[in-house]
Amino acid sequence: MRALIEFDNVTKVLAGQAVLDGVSFRVRRGEVFVIVGPSGAGKSVTLKHMVRLMTPDAGRVLVDGEDITELPEAGLRRVRERFGYLFQSGALLAWLNVAENVALPLREKTREDEAEIERRVAEALRLVDLEEHGGKLPAEISGGMRKRAGLARAIIRNPEIVLYDEPTSGLDPVSSRTIDRLIARAGRDLGVTSVVVTHDLHSALSIGTMVAMLYGGTIVEMASPREFMQSENEEVQAFLRSQFITAEGVWERNAR
Amino acid sequence: MITREPEYFPPSLNMLGRIGRRALFGCRAAGRAGVLLARAVACLRYAFSARSRHEIVMQMYVSGVRSLGVITVVAVFTGMILSLQTGLQLRRFHQEVNIGAAVMVSMLREMGPFMTALILAACVGSAMAARLATMTVSEEIEALELMSIDPVRFLVMPRLAAMAVMTPVLTFYASIMGVLGGGLVGVTQLDVAWSAYFYNATRYAAVKDLYVGLLKALLFGIIITIVSCHAGFGATQGAQGVGYATRRAVITAFLLILVAGYIVTRLLYE
Repeated sequence: MRALIEFDNVTKVLAGQAVLDGVSFRVRRGEVFVIVGPSGAGKSVTLKHMVRLMTPDAGRVLVDGEDITELPEAGLRRVRERFGYLFQSGALLAWLNVAENVALPLREKTREDEAEIERRVAEALRLVDLEEHGGKLPAEISGGMRKRAGLARAIIRNPEIVLYDEPTSGLDPVSSRTIDRLIARAGRDLGVTSVVVTHDLHSALSIGTMVAMLYGGTIVEMASPREFMQSENEEVQAFLRSQFITAEGVWERNAR
Repeated sequence: MITREPEYFPPSLNMLGRIGRRALFGCRAAGRAGVLLARAVACLRYAFSARSRHEIVMQMYVSGVRSLGVITVVAVFTGMILSLQTGLQLRRFHQEVNIGAAVMVSMLREMGPFMTALILAACVGSAMAARLATMTVSEEIEALELMSIDPVRFLVMPRLAAMAVMTPVLTFYASIMGVLGGGLVGVTQLDVAWSAYFYNATRYAAVKDLYVGLLKALLFGIIITIVSCHAGFGATQGAQGVGYATRRAVITAFLLILVAGYIVTRLLYE
């Protein structure tokens, strides 16, 4: 089966340091592909390469078999239409309320009438449990709610692929699990392929169907969650231990 | 694409290298600002869509109506100072009756456009740069691009259209306020009658003075918008970057307003 996203020997140098050093992996359709690693390992840089917010210094990034590294702007827009992106901060526009933020892609990029837009916004807000907060400005809601609103905006146009940049960072454990459930629900109910970047291993192991660890600019391990926990790689073991997870430890795939 | 990848340049050790690099960065910034202007002008064809109209009116309110108070005060006092200084000199030759002409021509040609532009650069331009810089560092511009919403059309074009309209309007208003302020000093301190003041003011001022002033105002409005938006989009490194972008926008706009003002005067009053 052809990979939906493929990194082929991607190298990226930032500030004189190779953040990605010959990274290769494939994300298959319908997968929840989670990239874990310590801060500064290049996880967000990897994610940005998937929609060409960054371009590789060497190597190729393919989306559904199409090399996006050299695409002209019109082609890039076409490829980006297939993606939804949840930014770390939510990246909501400060002067629009939550409902207007979620409606923005529909108002700007579709010809749907206002009644249909309002119906879809209400549906998206219901999916992320924010139907009561549509009239509030981003500054008036919590960080977790901002991320959920960002998620609603990311999925409002039914993208094939949703990219999540640290979706649970800075959130309390309850909010983190809520976000995990929403990511799993988006994959299950909407059939989207998800790529999640996180350093929260609990989250990664509970929602991921494939987990890859980025360390020192390379992928040091890539396996299913259960195999990942049993990995003998030193960095993986250290990372698991740092979050009190062991191969024998009990964990639940609570998001399923 | 408006968003740019972070850049890294190793520190240059010698003076010549540093000067050369600054010159190259200056040229590159000028080129990018030129491209931004061209793209914003090209987007003006969308200015009459319902959403754009609403946004342009909002920006006109923000840049125009909210600046009215400070412009009124500065313009009236500038006219008063101009009238007093000129009147005291002219009184030595018993020519104080002509202060109306001096104030009117000065306000229309130079003081009105400069004063208005400097106030707008400080109040509106800085706010514009800070807003866009905050959006840049909080990934909102990237979010717009990923939603295939052109940040130039969405953010720059309405601001450009609003400033292109409001700067000449405010300049005209400031010139009138300055002339009235000058008249007030003429009547109360220099014993010049209102009728004589206005007769001289309108007699010596030409229509060309008005349209050159308005042309300068239009040019200054464009400079303030493009410089501020360019600085905002180039912001990096969080809150510190927002402050740096705002400062750079105001300083660059001030310098370009002075240089452009001189060039227009030189070309049209040769």
